[in-house]
Amino acid sequence: MNFPILSIIIFTPITMAVLILLLPSERPGLIRGFALTAAVIAAGLSVAAYISYDQAVGGYQFVEQLRWIPALGISYHVGVDGMNLPLVLLTGVVIFTGVLISWGIDDRPREFFAFLFILATGVFGVFASLDLFQLFFFFEIAVFPMYLLIVIWGWKVTREYAAMKLTLYLFIGSVVSLVGALAMYFTSGLGTFNMLELEQAAFTPAFQRLWFPFVFLGFAVLGGLFPFHNWSPDGHVAAPTAVSMFHAGVLMKLGAFAALRVGIMLLPEGARFWAPYILVLGTINVIYGALIASVQTDFKYVIGFSSVSHMGLVMLGFATLNLNGLTGAGLQMFSHGVMTALFFAVVGIIYDRAHTREIPNLGGFNKVMPLVAVAFIVGGLVSMGMPGFSGFVAEFPIFLGLWQVQPIVALIAALGIVITAAYIMRVVSGVFFGDMSAELAGHIGPVRGQDKVALAVLAGILILIGIFPAVMAPMVESGASAVVRIVGGM
Amino acid sequence: MASQAALGSMVISILPEILLLVLVIVVLAADLFWRAGRQYLGWLTFAGLALTLVAAMVYSRPAGASSLVFGGMLRHDWPAFSFQVVFLFAAAVTCLLSVGLSDIGDQGEYYALVVVSTLGMSLMAASADLIMLYLSIETTSIPLYVLAGYLKRDDKSAESGLKYFLFGALTSTVMLYGFSLLYGLSGETNLYRLAEGLRVGAITPWVLGGVAMLTVVGFGFKIAAVPFHFWTPDVYEGAPTPIAAFISTASKAAGFAVLVRVMLVAFPSIEFTWTALLAAMATATMTIGNLLALGQHNIKRLLAYSSVAHAGYAMIGLVALSELGAASLVFYLVAYIVTNLAAFAVVVLFARSAGSEEIADYAGLSRRAPGLALVMMVAMLSLAGMPPLAGFVAKFYVFAAAVQSGWIWLAFVGVLNAIAGLYYYMTVLKVIYLYRSDDEDKPIAVPGPHALALALCVTAIVIVGTISAPWLDWAMAAAKGIF
Repeated sequence: MNFPILSIIIFTPITMAVLILLLPSERPGLIRGFALTAAVIAAGLSVAAYISYDQAVGGYQFVEQLRWIPALGISYHVGVDGMNLPLVLLTGVVIFTGVLISWGIDDRPREFFAFLFILATGVFGVFASLDLFQLFFFFEIAVFPMYLLIVIWGWKVTREYAAMKLTLYLFIGSVVSLVGALAMYFTSGLGTFNMLELEQAAFTPAFQRLWFPFVFLGFAVLGGLFPFHNWSPDGHVAAPTAVSMFHAGVLMKLGAFAALRVGIMLLPEGARFWAPYILVLGTINVIYGALIASVQTDFKYVIGFSSVSHMGLVMLGFATLNLNGLTGAGLQMFSHGVMTALFFAVVGIIYDRAHTREIPNLGGFNKVMPLVAVAFIVGGLVSMGMPGFSGFVAEFPIFLGLWQVQPIVALIAALGIVITAAYIMRVVSGVFFGDMSAELAGHIGPVRGQDKVALAVLAGILILIGIFPAVMAPMVESGASAVVRIVGGM
Repeated sequence: MASQAALGSMVISILPEILLLVLVIVVLAADLFWRAGRQYLGWLTFAGLALTLVAAMVYSRPAGASSLVFGGMLRHDWPAFSFQVVFLFAAAVTCLLSVGLSDIGDQGEYYALVVVSTLGMSLMAASADLIMLYLSIETTSIPLYVLAGYLKRDDKSAESGLKYFLFGALTSTVMLYGFSLLYGLSGETNLYRLAEGLRVGAITPWVLGGVAMLTVVGFGFKIAAVPFHFWTPDVYEGAPTPIAAFISTASKAAGFAVLVRVMLVAFPSIEFTWTALLAAMATATMTIGNLLALGQHNIKRLLAYSSVAHAGYAMIGLVALSELGAASLVFYLVAYIVTNLAAFAVVVLFARSAGSEEIADYAGLSRRAPGLALVMMVAMLSLAGMPPLAGFVAKFYVFAAAVQSGWIWLAFVGVLNAIAGLYYYMTVLKVIYLYRSDDEDKPIAVPGPHALALALCVTAIVIVGTISAPWLDWAMAAAKGIF
C-alpha cells in the first residue's frame, strides 16, 4: 500500500479541529500554533502531491479505495488527475495563507480555527472524491461551517442576513443536485456510486437532458452562475478575511468543479444539449458582474462582484466542451482562486487598519504599505489577463475555445476584460495612490509579518504561473483531455 | 422435551419484557424500603435498562427465521428486536436525564412508569395480533399520560397530561373501531392470517381503504403526523423535559414500528391506496411541521414541531414500499432518536441551571458553556441533515428510497423541507453562538449522569453518521424480517 497522501491531506484539518477544540481557550498562542501546524502539513503535502504526480502516466493517481457502505455500493474513494490536483494545491495554499491572515483573530480563536479546518476537510474531500456519495458528504461538510464563520466573525452590519442567505442558497443547490445524483444511481442499474463506473453508464439522451439542469445548476449555485450568484457578493463582504479568501478562492471552485465532475462528466449528452444556455448565462456573469463591480464604492463589494465576473469565464470554459476551453477553465479556477484570495487578504489588511472600505475615503496606502500595494497590483494585472501573469495563461485558452464554438460569445465576453481593467484601475488609484485623508493619516498601523508572508506567497504563485505556464498548463490539459474524451468534443 | 425446548425459546423471545417487568418491581421495592439518598433511583433504573439491553443483544437476538410465539400473539423477528434495542436505549438515556431533577428525579413511581411504558413499546414492536397490539399500545400510552402530567403543582404539566390523554383516548377508540372492522371483514385477529383473509375475500378496496385509514388515525397520533399532531407542542412544552424527550423519540418510534408492520403485513392488497394516502400525509407532515417550527420562541415547542416534521421524512421510507424504504425508515428513526435525545439533554441541562426554555435566553451559551453549545450544534446540524452526522445519511437513505421507487416529487418535497428545517436550526445556533447575554459568567452545571447521556448520544450521532454500513445492514435485516 502506498503512502495515503490524499487521506492525510483530507483528514489532517478535521483532526486538528478536534484537537484545537480540546485546547484551553485562554491559550490563543497555542491554538494558533496548532492551526499553523495543520495548515503547513496540509499545504506541504498538497505541494508534494502536486510535484510527485506523474504526468507521463496521467489519469487518476494516489488512488485509495475503501468499502464504506457496501449495501449501496458506496466507497471511500479518492484520487487526483490533472483537473483536480491543482485545486487540491489551491486549497492547501489558501488554508496556509488564510491561517496567517487570521493571526489577529482574538474573539474565540479556538472555535474560529476549528470551524475553518472542518471547512478545509470538506473542500479537500470534494476535490479528491471519486465517489458520488462521498462528494456530497464532503460538500455539505464544506457548507455548514461557513454559516458560523460568517455569522460570528463577520462584518457586523450584514453578517446575519448574508450568512443565512448564503447557507440556504448553497444548501438548496446541493440538495437539488442530490436528487439528480440519486436518479443517476438508480437509473444506471450499476448499484454503485463510483463515478468512474457511472461515467460508463450510458444514460439515455432523454434522461440526461432532463436531469442535467438539476445537477449542473445545483452545483453551479456555489460556482456563482447567474442568476444564482446573488448570495456570493453579500457572503464575501460579510465574511471575515480568511473566510472570504476561502469562500471566493476555493468554495466557488468547489461548485464549479462539482458541476463539471458530476454534471458534465456523468451526463455528457445533457451537457452538449444545454451548453448553449450555459454560454449565455456565463456571458451574463462576465459582463454583468464586471459592470456591477465597476459602480461599487465599497472596496470589498468590488472584489465580490469581480469574483462573479471571473467565475463566468470558468463557466464559459466549461460550456465550450473543447480542449482549449476546459484547459482554460481549469487554469482559471486555480488562478482566480489565488488571485481573489490575494484581493480579499488586501481588503482585510486595509479594513483592519482604516476601519472603512469606502473607496472615496481611502487613498495613499502605497506610502504606508508599499508591499501590500504591490501585491494588490499583481492581483489586478492577473485579473485583467495581462500577459506574464497567470490570468493570461488561463483566459487566453478560454477565449480560443470560445472562438471555436461561438466567436460572438468570445467577442462579448472579451468586453468583460475591458470593464475589469477599468474597475481595477479605479480601485488601485482610489485606494493606493492619491493622498490619504487627514483622519487616517498617521493612524495606520504596520502590516504584520504573517500578512506579508501570505501576500508574498500568493503573489509569487501568480507570477510564477504567468512566467512558467509549464508548471501547470500541461497538467490541466491532461485533465481536460480526459473530460473531452467523455463529452466527445474537439 | 420438544415442548420444553419450544417453551425455552418462547421465554427467550420475551426475555427483555420479563427483565423490564422485574425492573419495575425492583424499582418500586427499592423506593419503598431504601429511602436514603434518592439519587440512586435513576442510576438503578439506568443500570437495569442497560442490563436488559445487553441481555437482549446477547440472548434474544432472533436466530434464523422469524417465528410467531405465544399462540401468534407476538412475533420474534428482526424488526421487533431492532426496535426494542432502540426503545431500551432511549429509556436508559431518559432515566439519566431525570436524575437530580426536582419533583421527578427522586420518585420511584416515575422511573417505574418509564419502564412500564418501555415494556409496552417493546410489546408493540413485536405484536402480531390486533388484540395484543391494542393492549400494548395502551400499556405504552397510559403511563405516558401520567408522566406528562407528573408535575402536579405545575399547571402546564397538568394541561399537558390531560391534553395528551384526551387526544390519545380519542384516536385510540377510532383505531379500535378500525381493528373491529378488520376482524369483522376477515374473521381473524392475527395480522399475518388476517392478510390472507383480506386477500382471498372479495372486499371492495374502498371499504378496506377506509378501514386502513381508521387504523392510521391511531398510529398517526403516536408518531405525531399531521393532522394528528395538535397535541405535540403543548404536551412537549408542559411535560417534564426528559418525558418530552422520551415521547418524541421512543414513543414515536413505537408508533412507527406498528405502522410499518400493520401497513406492510395487513394491507398489501391495497398498497396503491395507502401509499398515496401516506405520501399525502408525509407531505403535509413535513411541510406543516417545518413551517410552524419557523415561528417558535420556546425551544421545546420548536423541537416539537421539528419532531412532527421528522415523522414526515421517516414516512417517506414507508411510502417507498421497498426493502430499502423500510430499512431507511428504521435507520432514520435510529438517527433521529439519538439526535433528539442529545438536543433534549441540552434543554434539560440549560433549564436546570438557567431556569428557562426560551430560545432567546440561550444567547451567550457558547461563551457560558462551550461544550454544551457544541453538543447543541451537533444535535441541530444532525437534525438539519448535515454530514458527518447521523441525520445526513438518514435523510440520504430516505430520499434514495423515494427516488428508487419513482417518488421523485416526494423526494423533492423532502429536500425542500430540509432547507426550511435548516433555517430554524441555524437560527438556534445563531442565538447560541452570536448573541451576547448578561449571564455569560454564570456557569451551567453538567452533573455526571447528564454528561454520560450527552457522551452516549454524541458518540452515537457521529458513529451512525460516519460508519453507517453496519447500522444500515442491521436496518436491512429488520426490513427483510417484517414479511
